Amino acid sequence: MPQNKKPKLAVWKFSSCDGCQLTLLDCEDELLAVAERVEIANFPEASRAVVKGPYDLSLVEGSITTPHDAERIHQVRRSSKFLVSIGACATAGGIQALRNFKNVKEFTSIVYANPQYIETLNKSTPIADHVFVDFELRGCPINKYQLVEVISAFLHGRKPNTPSYSVCVECKRRGTVCGLVAVGPPCLGPVTQAGCNALCPSYHRGCFGCYGPKETPNTASLTAHWSELGMKEIELLRLFRGFNANAEAFRKESEAHEK
Amino acid sequence: MKNKTLKVDYLARVEGEGALLVKIKDKTVTEVKFRIFEPPRFFEAFLRGRDYSEAPDITARICGICPVAYQMSSVHAMENAFGIKVDGQLRALRRLLYCGEWIESHVLHVYMLHAPDFLGYEDVIRMAKDHGDAVKRALKLKKVGNDIVNIVGGREIHPINVRVGGFYKLPTKQELQVLVERLQWAIDASIETVKLMGTLPFPDFEREYEYVALRHDHEYPFNEGRLVSNKGLDIAIQDYENNFVEEHVEHSNALHSVMKQRGAYFVGPLARYNLNFDRLTPIAQQAAREAGLGSTCNNPFKSIIVRSVETVYACEEALRIIQEYEKPDQPAVKIEQRPGVGYGCTEAPRGILYHRYRIGENGVILDAKIVPPTSQNQKTIEEDLRQFVPPRIDLSQEQLTWQCEQAIRNYDPCISCATHFLKLDIQRE
Ligand code: SF4
Repeated sequence: MPQNKKPKLAVWKFSSCDGCQLTLLDCEDELLAVAERVEIANFPEASRAVVKGPYDLSLVEGSITTPHDAERIHQVRRSSKFLVSIGACATAGGIQALRNFKNVKEFTSIVYANPQYIETLNKSTPIADHVFVDFELRGCPINKYQLVEVISAFLHGRKPNTPSYSVCVECKRRGTVCGLVAVGPPCLGPVTQAGCNALCPSYHRGCFGCYGPKETPNTASLTAHWSELGMKEIELLRLFRGFNANAEAFRKESEAHEK
Repeated sequence: MKNKTLKVDYLARVEGEGALLVKIKDKTVTEVKFRIFEPPRFFEAFLRGRDYSEAPDITARICGICPVAYQMSSVHAMENAFGIKVDGQLRALRRLLYCGEWIESHVLHVYMLHAPDFLGYEDVIRMAKDHGDAVKRALKLKKVGNDIVNIVGGREIHPINVRVGGFYKLPTKQELQVLVERLQWAIDASIETVKLMGTLPFPDFEREYEYVALRHDHEYPFNEGRLVSNKGLDIAIQDYENNFVEEHVEHSNALHSVMKQRGAYFVGPLARYNLNFDRLTPIAQQAAREAGLGSTCNNPFKSIIVRSVETVYACEEALRIIQEYEKPDQPAVKIEQRPGVGYGCTEAPRGILYHRYRIGENGVILDAKIVPPTSQNQKTIEEDLRQFVPPRIDLSQEQLTWQCEQAIRNYDPCISCATHFLKLDIQRE
């Protein structure tokens, strides 16, 4: 097949740790096969070559935190047929969205020596707050099998097959003893979207919510129960202020425990 | 030719967002700016008020390429604050985890990010067309590193099994055993890698640097040791801030770290190698010699060979640890938290990563400081370019620009790391 007939894949980075796009390079078994099927047209972490858009599929990592990036994401959208945001930063604002809960005054009190050199917004926001997103792939980091699934789904013009149920379902499926019973709370499994194959419970620790809230999570009843068991408000607050702190369900729950 | 400006607006094959500006006037370099524009993420600010036990998982998110390094520096700092020592097999397992990260990160850089420069390819995918076997070997070798992190840490990127005091769950002897054969292969494959990298064409470029790395009693350093240099520095970790300061310069979103009174210094594989050659295994030493390296090396371009030598070492060390492994009874030592200050410094793939935390009552973090390797090398990178460019000034714009990029990639800069420790002003929207 001639080079220019292959669909073009682009990878874009906003505010992030690079872990999600690294997932693509970590697909050691699939990387060369993927490269045969698509043209990697723009992927600065891996290549200095840049092929002009438009791109058939854009993977977007990271959140929007600067005025410049708030502009740049529109250019990316314009040059992409499909745009998929990957990871907690891109789908919820990431850990850097913890700034969203501080008031600006509190932050400026930790002023840097030469703050005038720096430009930054006072909120970290997900890609979907700025442009239309065709699909959101959750996780901090994303799961590599889900990534390969998403890429091939878009190349075949079908909907990606990723679950929207909770981590609990995965736990049951792999036969892990429920962490809430075995190790004791807290475990965010009941309110967190699946995708990691219930990793933490299988390592004897509670889920800490890398994949963000599942559909219609009942966070309030979970925390009410834990309060009865003696968890403090500050502990409940921190639990929901993680990598998906700015996802609506988690944000509301953490705010309920803020004095 | 009179005036010339080299510009790379978006530096490729590095982790994060950086740019380069070199201004030349009448054959002299008037300005060099290695600019980091990766947006700051305020880690030090929002660590305040968090529980000490959250630091390993939170700081891992500074960098997806070297999360283990952040986890290791943070747990060591916390244990230092609480007066705890993690020993025996738990300590060995941490070393094993670090071996995995070194292998994965070094192989990524050597084959996929740096070798294409030497061989004239835009990227590894294009390189694979002509060097298919080498690239396949690289992917397989990298996977060995990733699988170590996977088995010990739970997953490759942002492992979930590390905690202050040890781990959540320990691997069984059998679970590690599956790595033995693959590591035996990996030792050979990394020796091949050293050979291959030794044959690359190296620019004639040497400078006199001050190298800074950890040095341990008898091991090649990962998690512990004193901070030493080739110019007489020899300090305990807690004296780091008495000897190094950070400067905030206008063109960069990262702080430049300098040594007090002495200026720029060099951290990373080349520094470790120069200060710890005698701590490498005989096989790793021999591989280095056969590739034409002495016990010291001052050409930063040859860091690609040194990274390969360290990969040999990490594979051997991983194998040794696995063969001697006996599963301990407890996955972690007991923590008794108390207020205080703790220091940690470990050898990330790219060099020393310093953490300091002040812990208050109830284990709450009052204050945090994190100094990643790339911010420590930034000044050295700029100084390299100042010397590298003048003799090559007659090269075409395209060639010279590419060579400058290559010179930056000698340091495997992780720009994501370098900015994320900033404390900043917020501009109102
Ligand atoms: S979602 Fe997590 S792993 Fe992905 S880029 Fe953001 S911090 Fe890194």
